[in-house]
Amino acid sequence: MSLRDLSTADVFGLAAEGQRHALGRLLSWVEAGGARADEVTELAHPVSGNAHVIGITGAPGAGKSTLTGQLTRLLPARGIRPAVLAVDPSSPLTGGAILGDRIRMDDIAGEAAFIRSMATRGHSGGLALAVPGAVRVFEAAGYDPVIIETVGVGQVEVDVAGAADTTVVVVTPGWGDAVQANKAGLLEVADVFVVNKSDRPGANDARRDLELMLDLSHVSGQEAEFGYRPPIVMASAIDGTGAEEVWDAISAHRSHLSDTNQLESRRERRLTMEVTNRLEQLLHAKSHSLLNSPAGGKLLDDVESRALSPSEAARRLADHIGNQN
Amino acid sequence: MAERRIRIILAKLGLDGHDRGIKVVARILRDAGMEVIYLGLRQTTASIVAATQEEDADAVGLSMHNAGHLTLAPAMVQSLRDADMAVPVIVGGIIPDVDRTELAQAGVAAVLGPGASAEEVVNTVRDAVNSQMDLSR
Amino acid sequence: MADPAKESRPGKTKWEEACKASPVRDVPFETMSGVPVEGVYGNGPYPGQYPYTRGIYPTMYRSRLWTMRMFAGFGTAVDTNGRFREILRNGGTGLSTAFDMPTLMGRDSDSEWALGEVGRAGVAVDTLADMEDLFADIDLSNVSTSMTINGPAAILLAMYVAVAEKNGISPDQLSGTIQNDILKEYQAQKEYIYPPRPSMRIITDMVKYTTSEMPRWHPVSISGYHIREAGSTAAQELAFTLANGFAYVEAAIAAGEDVNVFGKRLSFFFNSHIDFFEEIGKLRAARRIWARWMKDRYGATDERAMMCRFHTQTAGVSLTAQQPETNIARVAIQALAAAIGGTQSLHTDSYDEALALPSEKAARIALRTQQIVAHETGVANVADPLGGAPYVEWMTDEMERRAEAIFDHLLELGNDSILEGVFEGIDNGYFVGEIADSAYRFERELNAGRRTIVGVTGFTEGNEEDDVNLLRIENDTEQDQLQRLATVKSQRNEEAVQTALDDVTSAAADTSGNVMPAILKAVRAYATVEEIGDAMEKVFGRYVEKAIV
Repeated sequence: MSLRDLSTADVFGLAAEGQRHALGRLLSWVEAGGARADEVTELAHPVSGNAHVIGITGAPGAGKSTLTGQLTRLLPARGIRPAVLAVDPSSPLTGGAILGDRIRMDDIAGEAAFIRSMATRGHSGGLALAVPGAVRVFEAAGYDPVIIETVGVGQVEVDVAGAADTTVVVVTPGWGDAVQANKAGLLEVADVFVVNKSDRPGANDARRDLELMLDLSHVSGQEAEFGYRPPIVMASAIDGTGAEEVWDAISAHRSHLSDTNQLESRRERRLTMEVTNRLEQLLHAKSHSLLNSPAGGKLLDDVESRALSPSEAARRLADHIGNQN
Repeated sequence: MAERRIRIILAKLGLDGHDRGIKVVARILRDAGMEVIYLGLRQTTASIVAATQEEDADAVGLSMHNAGHLTLAPAMVQSLRDADMAVPVIVGGIIPDVDRTELAQAGVAAVLGPGASAEEVVNTVRDAVNSQMDLSR
Repeated sequence: MADPAKESRPGKTKWEEACKASPVRDVPFETMSGVPVEGVYGNGPYPGQYPYTRGIYPTMYRSRLWTMRMFAGFGTAVDTNGRFREILRNGGTGLSTAFDMPTLMGRDSDSEWALGEVGRAGVAVDTLADMEDLFADIDLSNVSTSMTINGPAAILLAMYVAVAEKNGISPDQLSGTIQNDILKEYQAQKEYIYPPRPSMRIITDMVKYTTSEMPRWHPVSISGYHIREAGSTAAQELAFTLANGFAYVEAAIAAGEDVNVFGKRLSFFFNSHIDFFEEIGKLRAARRIWARWMKDRYGATDERAMMCRFHTQTAGVSLTAQQPETNIARVAIQALAAAIGGTQSLHTDSYDEALALPSEKAARIALRTQQIVAHETGVANVADPLGGAPYVEWMTDEMERRAEAIFDHLLELGNDSILEGVFEGIDNGYFVGEIADSAYRFERELNAGRRTIVGVTGFTEGNEEDDVNLLRIENDTEQDQLQRLATVKSQRNEEAVQTALDDVTSAAADTSGNVMPAILKAVRAYATVEEIGDAMEKVFGRYVEKAIV
């Protein structure tokens, strides 16, 4: 049986039954976008929306993959089936990527987890759709939680934080020296902090620095309103400590969210965001083709010859799109 | 806007630890716009099959330097077949020319000998994937 | 950084006196045409004088040629034992053991990982019984044995000691080397088992053990060969190797050992690649740097602890599968570079090794190549014959400069400790990344036509001519070995084995103790390599590398 000749619905059914390759294929369709991806969304949306989505982020070398592996190893014993989406940047020059996160996780996690590597493919816009799409599909196939692990710092991380219920930020001793620590996004999105490689000198300083930063920043607005302050968990792969505590902190955060009704509102916001992103993408495609059509070309010529103003031209094009249905 | 990139697993089976070549190939393929899922050393046919399924990879690339290719490469082909996966297996490294026929007969899609150029590597992967491509994607 | 400029008369006199004290070989020290030549030319410091740039002994090859040590090992222990005894019959005094892949990785022949690999790349050793077969009828008090093994080195060393013991030979009578250089495994060869720190602890235990029980044994052979084969540049090979050496020194000192005592027992293993002058400069720089650091930073006062003594192997990675006979030329040039570079021992590769294990004929030609260099070229008549040549002196300085820049980086990574810097570099992927970058850069240049490899990127006429006779290993070895292992397991006292293994685990967990006695006990009870390794893994964990491509 090859997946080749099957319909989207058939492959979806197989994935829901636990077939790994079928799920792998769905993920590829979602990543590629287009009509197939939309079909998958149609099928997956009604049966998803409850999985706990966890984002794990932090600077390169912080030990995220190892930590993720440790977490995923813990969970099956508790009857939990985690999926991991490991996101890595594509080369801006060639569009290709080397995706190597799964080595560390794989070995530690064993067979229980489903691990998928995803490259950013150069456009965070695309990622903004592919990630929610992937999460949906994982859940439809019975995986919960979905852990999204990203590299480094930047737009990607903030995007991913947007896709997650709980965001875990991993730092290591000496993080305070790194410029990225001060980048606005990272500290504000953290729901749980992990000081990894805590067997090293400077671990306690790292914790103290984080506490201080939390005291000072407006992240504590969260604390004021909801009584939640991101916990700081110490972890060390060498000592084999911390994974359970990290999981407990993540679970506690999830409970906090549902207790304060934030879970629902965060998810609504995410769905709205997703619809907005899709809409914008559709509109972008439409305007692109309009502008390149003969009628569009004529409008642009008129603008150039001063017969029409740019704002009037744009208004007419917008009306045209609006009237198209 | 559908975007399709070749996704290829790169791995070494067994205990052989020479990874200079496979790392160079990973960069070559990335530079050609492909997505390389790098599994590295000490993989088993089972771990590679699982990764191929999860990553929905278009090809599996094995690097061999220990004279084990006549046993290991066919074993990889068979494991993929057993899992109902029509994914081409490409083998590179220290492969004497005389063994190419036997490997082809065992179902290996392509062989890259020592000294293959970057262009050859990229074209070989592309050709192997295109010949096998699932057209209903 | 350069040597003090002018020839100093006192220095030369001292050198002359040192020469008088060293017996020399009974051969004419003249050119082929009968022109007598001096032992050295040019300026000091002279060979045998700090910092030993020009050689570690005053008379160098006039006293003794480098050791022509050819590596061997295959099949079962009984097979290799036959080869060993042949070597000894033919007048060899040194044995060099190659182990199979499963043994190198600490696995037994019946492990699922061993399938197809047993006895293939070297000899299979699972228990003391195999070691007993390996050295049967060989007087261990009378030979020097080199064992090329790293991860499970402690276990193999213990087995060697146990075999000697059974033959009434005490450990202090044993002479030889064990490679046991785990740092380069994380950087290049990848034959590691445990993570870096516990592995370092095992090595310092072995250093302590050999210092007190086996004074004639070299416990670590710090290797650059593999680093270079993995794709590093010459300067990286030099710097990473010496840095690893410094790391072992720092670890041993921290463990309370005397640098003058263990320093004498450390040796190195370098690559000899095809860029002739770069290699010579590299080897000269190695001696200079090691001496300086041992003296200035680590406080060595015994000259012998400052000397960088090394074995060299010609670069396997430079051998081409295309027109393989051309490799004979390559190896000859690489051997010449090693001799001019002052190596203490040399292994030359066989021309057919690009595709398979060497055939007997090819292995013989490799040995003859060394013999030609030693006996026909006149290179052995004069120590450091290219010393003073502007290019060579510049190259030596340049290699040293580049190495020092790398040491600076490691000191920064490690907060002024090379040991910590090396651990950090392993952890953050520095070494592996640098090596991969160098390898990739080279491939790009090759591909772009900016570099040439004869027979590969150019001068390819002749490539179609087939076909070098390839050595294939047939595999009844595997069956024989599995039998042997099963028999040993059925005959041993399981309870004793289990107790011994538990003791190994306890010893590993006790950071104030030494693992060697417990390993010795387990080995005597016929516990297997994998069982003992696993007993330690319980405490140390297993190392999984990060993907740095």
